[in-house]
Parts: sequence; structure tokens; C-alpha cells
Amino acid sequence: MLYLELFIQGIVQGSLYGLMTLGLTLVYGLLRILHVAHAGLFTLGGYIGVLVTNQTGSFGLALITAMVTVGVMGMGVYKFAYEPLLKRPPFVILIASIALFIASEEIFRIIFGPYGLSYENPPLKGQVEIFGGMKIKVGEIIVIGFSLAMLSSLAWLSKYTRTGMAWRATVSDPDIAQAFGVNKNKVRYLNFFMASALTATAGVFVALLNNLVEPTMGSVPSYKGLAIIVLGGLGNIRGTLIASLLLGVVESYGTIYLGKILDRDAIAFGLLIIVLMIRPKGILGEK
Amino acid sequence: MDYEITLLTTMSISILFALGLNFVTGFCGQISLGHAAFLGTGAYTSALMTKASIPFLITLPASAMTAGCLGFFIGLASLRVRHDFLAITTMGVGFLFVGIVRQQDFFGGEEGISGISSPGFSRFGFLLLCIALTLLFAFFSTAIKRSWMGRVFESIADDEDITSILGINVAHYKIFAFVVGTSVAGVAGALYAHHLRFIGPDSFGFVESVSVLAMVIIGGVGSVWAVSFSAALLSVLPMLIQFVDDYKLLFYSGLLFSMMRFSPGGMASIVKKMKTNNEKSS
Repeated sequence: MLYLELFIQGIVQGSLYGLMTLGLTLVYGLLRILHVAHAGLFTLGGYIGVLVTNQTGSFGLALITAMVTVGVMGMGVYKFAYEPLLKRPPFVILIASIALFIASEEIFRIIFGPYGLSYENPPLKGQVEIFGGMKIKVGEIIVIGFSLAMLSSLAWLSKYTRTGMAWRATVSDPDIAQAFGVNKNKVRYLNFFMASALTATAGVFVALLNNLVEPTMGSVPSYKGLAIIVLGGLGNIRGTLIASLLLGVVESYGTIYLGKILDRDAIAFGLLIIVLMIRPKGILGEK
Repeated sequence: MDYEITLLTTMSISILFALGLNFVTGFCGQISLGHAAFLGTGAYTSALMTKASIPFLITLPASAMTAGCLGFFIGLASLRVRHDFLAITTMGVGFLFVGIVRQQDFFGGEEGISGISSPGFSRFGFLLLCIALTLLFAFFSTAIKRSWMGRVFESIADDEDITSILGINVAHYKIFAFVVGTSVAGVAGALYAHHLRFIGPDSFGFVESVSVLAMVIIGGVGSVWAVSFSAALLSVLPMLIQFVDDYKLLFYSGLLFSMMRFSPGGMASIVKKMKTNNEKSS
């Protein structure tokens, strides 16, 4: 039974990773930016979620507010931090992004204090019993369901709508897409909006499951997020999802069986290094 | 006087560490986001050996060797993965290092190792040793940069594939750069351990790796004197900006961000610009 329980925990964690890192992959796929500051937006999402829920009592409203606000912030980050640096060598943007992320952590700490905030009245806290007396939190079911819904609607949008087509065309060849009348800048803003809105939902859900938001909650997704998108083959959406779930499950078992030798983060990066040495461009990267 | 000696020793160790990374990233164009792991390897090697009462003059080269050996493997890895993939792999090595050290009682676990014995000479003597080693490596770096090897490095940083078409064995040079850059970090680590007398896993985390990379980049990638200058400045900056206390990290990251945003070539490029402007106006 322990195996199954660990597996479900792994899937829940993996779904959260998926929501966090899908945005990173979207950004990397379009602009080749390693967007560390993404994790700052994730934390922002968590804070907005808790603050709005505590103010209004409505979790749904909090989720939507977080998505929209963080989405707009994401576009701002692109506009003011990345756009002027696109022509520079990639490590310039990477360092700028890391600096931005550290600054955002500090701002959260200064504004909201170092100890974090909790839900006054945590929503969705019930538990359901599934086969064999095993219990699973309602929140966890919602996380899995919500990520599935988000990801499939994203897949549908990118496949069947005009905007989606324009987006895919720009990813595969920006110049040709532009020649066909696609507005490159609109695609980029849309990309950052979607990416940031997705990570905001991840922030809200992580805050929900831990019943805590704190300034440093972004540190794990920031670096581990990079590990995941690299594992998946940078910019590859399907690969990122596989890598997210894989890492969730491996970590879940790993902390039980390898916890004495490695801590949780080290397991993630150990897996990353092993996979990269075998497949230097990630699980689904091009050869 | 004690305060000044401590300050100068810290500065000198940081310069040595930054120059080590500059050798890899600045000269050979191989990004490393986990350089603190090598600083840590050196520090732990020296600390553990000193605990077994082995004299400092033996532990110092031993630290260089262990860090260099680890660097050799990262060099091998750099042949498999490139660019962004290499950045993340080296970052992974950094996390792996901290993760392993933290969980092992052998390395002192979460508490780290304290009470590392003094290297056997006065604080001033130790400072002189640090400065001597730093100067030695600075001159070595400049000599390499001017030699044919420096040109090969430059060419690899520019375009690996073209360099190998020219008939140059890129792999050898990359591994050499990694081994040199990481052994120097190991030496810096040994000095660090004996300077502070205390080391713990948190002293060698990701933030350290980023700050040393920041030193190299804010100075100006590849320029020995500019990197030394910015390392000296940034290493004592936390002490100089004590007055902003609670906002220290915010100030630091703000500086780093504005530097990248407005002058990505670092201080070296600002100086260059000023020079050309002067020439134009005169």
C-alpha cells in the first residue's frame, strides 16, 4: 500500500511541477531564455491566492485574480527585463533573471515578513477515502484534475485556434511566421501571459496544499524547474510533462529510500545528470 | 589592524576564486553555475585532512587535487552537453555537492565543520600567502591569455565546431580549462576554510556560485584585471553596505540586474567606452 501511496503523492507533486515548468518551457521554446524569475511569479501567485482568499473567502476568485495579475506581471518582466537583452549572449539574460528572482524574494520578505502567511480558513481541506482505506486530500484531487484540464485546453488551443497556430508558427520559425503576417510581439506577450498565469496557479495550489506561503517558496521550483525542462529536452512541451511526472514519482520514492544519502533537491539533480550523460539533449530532445 | 587583515584576506581569496572561474568561463567560454562546489571540495578536503593532523602545506595541494579531479569529470561532461545544458548540469553538480555534504555525518552534516586549526603562521603571514597565490595565478592567467593557448580558448569560446575543423583537439583544451579553473577554486577553498575556521554546506550553495559568476561578469568576462577588481569590490561590498542591513540582498541583486540590463559587457566595457570617448574628444 505504501508503494501506491508514494506513487499518488508523486503524481500530485508531478502535476504541480508540470504547472510550474510548462511556462518555463513555453518561454524557452520561443525565446531561448532560461527564465529563473518565473519562480518569483510563482511565489507572487501564491501570495495573491492567500491574500484574496482571506479577504473575500472565495478560492475561485483568488485563483482567477492570481492568474490575471501574475500574467500581466509576466508580460511586464518580458517588456522591461528581457526584450532589451535578447541580442546579448544567453548568460546575460540568465544572470539578469537570477538577479530579478533574488530581488523578488527579498521584496516578498520585506513586504510580507519572513515567516509567511496562511489561509485563515483553508479551503478544500476534506479527505476522500479510496480503495483499501487509503485517504487522499480533496485539494490533491483538484490539483491533478485542474492540471489535466489546463494542459489539455492549452493543447487544444495551440492546435485548433488561429492564435495557437500563429504561436506554433513563431516557435518553429519566427522570420517566416512574420512574413505571413504574424505579429511577433503579440505572440511573445501572449506567451509570457500564459506562462505566468500557469505558474500562478501552481503557486496557489502549493500554498493550498502546504497551507503556507513564504518568501522562499520559489527557490525550489526555480532551480528544479530548470532541471525539469532540461530533462524534458529544452523547449519540448511533451518532454517537460513527462519529466515533471517522472521527477515527482522518483522524488517521492527517493526521499524514502535514498533520504539518508541525498536530500530531495540532490535527487532531482542526480537524476538530471544521469539522464543528460546518456541523452545530452534530454528525454525527448532532438538528436 | 586585525579588521583590515581579515578584509584583505577575504578579498584576496575571492579574487583567486573568481579568477579560477574566469579561466573556465571567461577564457574558454564554458559557463559554470556550480563553481562553489569546487570551492567546497577544496575547503572540505583541507578541513578534514587538518582534523587528521596533516600539515597545511600538504592539505593545500591536496585540495587543489581533489577539486581538480572533480573538475576533470565536469570537463568530460562538458564534452557531452553544451551551452544551456552545460549551465544546468554544472548547477546540478552544485546542488548535488550540497545535498551529499548535508546528509553525511562524515562531512559534519548540517552543522558543518568547526574548530579548523590555524595553518601555523600568523594572520599577517596567512594574508601574504593568499596574496602571493592570487598574484601567481593572475600572472599565470595573463600569460596564458597572451599565449597561443589563449587564442585557442578564444576560438573555442567563439565557435567550438569551427575550432575543431581547424584541426584543434577541442576536448583537450576544454578539459584543461576545467581542471585548472577548478583546482584554483580548490586552493581558494582551502584558504577559505583556514581563514574562517568554520565551514558548512550553506557556505557553498547556489547563491555563492551565482555571486562568483556575477564577479566575473560584472568585471567583464575574460579580462583578468577587471575580474580581480570586481571580485575585490563585490567581496567586501556586504561589509561596506552594512548600513542598508536588511536590504543588503535586495541592493546586491538590484545592482546585478542593472549591470546586466544597462552594461552587459561589465566594467571593462564601460572603461573601454570612456577611453574611446576621450580619444574622440581629444
